[in-house]
Amino acid sequence: MKLNKTKLVTEDGRRIDGRRPDELRPITIDIGVLKNADGSAIVEYGNTKVLAAVYGPREVVPRHEELADRAIVRCRYRMLSFSTTGERKSPAPSRREIELSKVIREALEPAILSSQFPRTAIDIFIEVINADGGTRTAGITAAAVALADAGIPMLDLVAAVAVGKLDGVLVVDLNGIEDMNGEADMPIAIMPSLGRITMLQLNGVLSPGEFKSALSLAISSINKIYELQKEALRRKYLTIEE
Amino acid sequence: MYETLEAKEKRMLAIPGDTVTLDQNTTIDGSIYLYKRNENTYSITVTALVDIELIENRKRIRVIPLKGRYIPKEGDVIVGIVIDATLSSWIIDINSPYSAILYAYDYIGKNFNPTVENIRRYLDIGDVILAKVVQFERSRGAVLTVQDKGLGKITSGSLVEIEPCKVARVIGKKKSMLNMLIEQTKCEIFVGNNGRILLKCPNLELEYIAILAIKKIENEAHTTGLTERIKDFVIEEKVKRGLIKYEIK
Amino acid sequence: MSSTPETLLIPKIKYSAILNVISKGFHVDRRSVMEYRQLNITYNVAPNADSSVLLRLGNTQILAGIKLEIGQPFPDNPDEGVLIVNAEYIPAASPVYEPGPPDEDAIELARIIDRSLRESRAIALDKLVITPGKRVWSLWVDIYVLDYDGNLIDASMLASMAALANTYIPYYEVDQTTGSIRIDRNKKIMPLPINKYVATVTINKIGEYMVIDPTGEEEAIASGSITFSVSEDNYIVGIQKRGMGTFSTDEIEKALDVALNKGKEMIELLKKLTAVTK
Repeated sequence: MKLNKTKLVTEDGRRIDGRRPDELRPITIDIGVLKNADGSAIVEYGNTKVLAAVYGPREVVPRHEELADRAIVRCRYRMLSFSTTGERKSPAPSRREIELSKVIREALEPAILSSQFPRTAIDIFIEVINADGGTRTAGITAAAVALADAGIPMLDLVAAVAVGKLDGVLVVDLNGIEDMNGEADMPIAIMPSLGRITMLQLNGVLSPGEFKSALSLAISSINKIYELQKEALRRKYLTIEE
Repeated sequence: MYETLEAKEKRMLAIPGDTVTLDQNTTIDGSIYLYKRNENTYSITVTALVDIELIENRKRIRVIPLKGRYIPKEGDVIVGIVIDATLSSWIIDINSPYSAILYAYDYIGKNFNPTVENIRRYLDIGDVILAKVVQFERSRGAVLTVQDKGLGKITSGSLVEIEPCKVARVIGKKKSMLNMLIEQTKCEIFVGNNGRILLKCPNLELEYIAILAIKKIENEAHTTGLTERIKDFVIEEKVKRGLIKYEIK
Repeated sequence: MSSTPETLLIPKIKYSAILNVISKGFHVDRRSVMEYRQLNITYNVAPNADSSVLLRLGNTQILAGIKLEIGQPFPDNPDEGVLIVNAEYIPAASPVYEPGPPDEDAIELARIIDRSLRESRAIALDKLVITPGKRVWSLWVDIYVLDYDGNLIDASMLASMAALANTYIPYYEVDQTTGSIRIDRNKKIMPLPINKYVATVTINKIGEYMVIDPTGEEEAIASGSITFSVSEDNYIVGIQKRGMGTFSTDEIEKALDVALNKGKEMIELLKKLTAVTK
């Protein structure tokens, strides 16, 4: 839905959903929602809701795809047919989903210690249940927690958020309307305790100065998301204490 | 940011990325779950419970992972399922990303002649065996043996699967939990290192109670006072189902 | 092309153990063989859908969503809306599922549900016409199996029915001059017109015994099954026998009895659960 003339950020710095530029949407993280998968999580960034499920390490099928010295990581990002506003999305994989599957795998794989499991596969499935901007970033945040839930050894968790520019103002965590109508959308994923960036994309236009500010806005937001990931993991494993 | 875990009284929950500092006076239990960051700092790679004890000047760190697939170790005794057979060996599913092989000469003896006899007469696909891991390499898989006492084909009983990380808890310190379960349920219980448990129970009710108890241990593995709680649970269930009349405290 | 499926390997002692429990009239979780597991429904899990439901039957989890779109009617039914049912087993649902387009099981499931809804006229498709012969509502029912633990058909039918019963037709305006249609999904005009509820009851054969609502383990050792679709007004609106096992006439009649009884029960339960949202 393209908006004409509506301001995305008002004079007193409020966005259309009332948030300040540096404010994240309400984020919830639920871990272990599926019985069969080795690890799973549902993450919500506002109205965006994504399910991530992990199997692994497991035997590679077909055999010829296995690697002698480490595990292969396979990742599929997909949107459910009714997840988008407006028309139903056809189940066939779109070019966008294929690109995002690759980008998300590359965002997570650096954190996975795949050399510990030669000749196996680690499979990550990301299903978007409801899309309202930031599906790939919520997906990465969910997949990282699902990997930890599966007990797969990692260097660090990975957390992601999109930073953008609306009416000249740098903002964090774009929702669907902001994503469609803003001047820039920069999704970024980071291994928070190591401070290493594993995903960085830009769709739009930014000056070098804006880019640097956007980067630091992203880093501080990602640290907040990282805290939520840790809290969710603690909540799951410590609930039956005492 | 990430947490550097320090010696505390209680067990701590570590997330991948959390770190511990080590020096010459530190002993580590579970070093494969640590990854070296720099000289003295190691990060923990899996969601795990971490104990850091300070005994005099020595630090002892124990990392107990809460989840993860079974990776075989030499000496492990496991419950395996035959999934395929070649002329002179069987391929065994051991609930791991890695498969295992059992050679005909190990199970049958050196006199086995594959050109004359069919290996499947001895062990067929779907048969369950108790075996020991003789050798394991990630590049090649595991080799099993049934030569030790008590190993071999299992012809009856029930099979329950739990997470391999929880096996130690179901056995307990000095087998305390396992012995309590056996005493209370009158079942024969064998716990494989690969998370598969064999049960042979006098009746269906006791079998069901044993399974419920094992699942409960799996869910509450990281808590304290578990052995007593499970014992109370089993007794309660027996009373509920009319298997015993009074609660014996 | 359909070929003999690779059978999931069930260890022999497990087969005996399960059969032993079933011979005594119980499932492995000790409920009676003619009893369904606990049913749990959460509504509106995907707000962008016109209606969505997460249904839990024991550990089996099904996500069903509905999307209404303007479309053209089928040429042989120009005065009716269009119903399309699609089902997919997501690879996360079971270690044996692989990513890819729906396989023969998923397609069969979707078609069983489609036929049950269509033949029974559960939905008043004739009330979904906008411009006769030209424009009608297309009702897309998308079923995703999220977690497999047996009895996918019954669970998917319940999920679809619950989602349909909670669907509203969005407000729309036809521009008289251009003929274009504007939809406003934030305004609803009326609930989807439902003539009657439909449920499926699948009776599985394990050894010599018949059970309903098997767990994944139990289903793995079943030789075959027969699914009866029953409508609220006590008609059989669909039948599908599946698997390589066989049934005697006697067994089929007994299965039908069970289906009529349990079908009625499940429809009543479903109505109670859907009423909560209104």
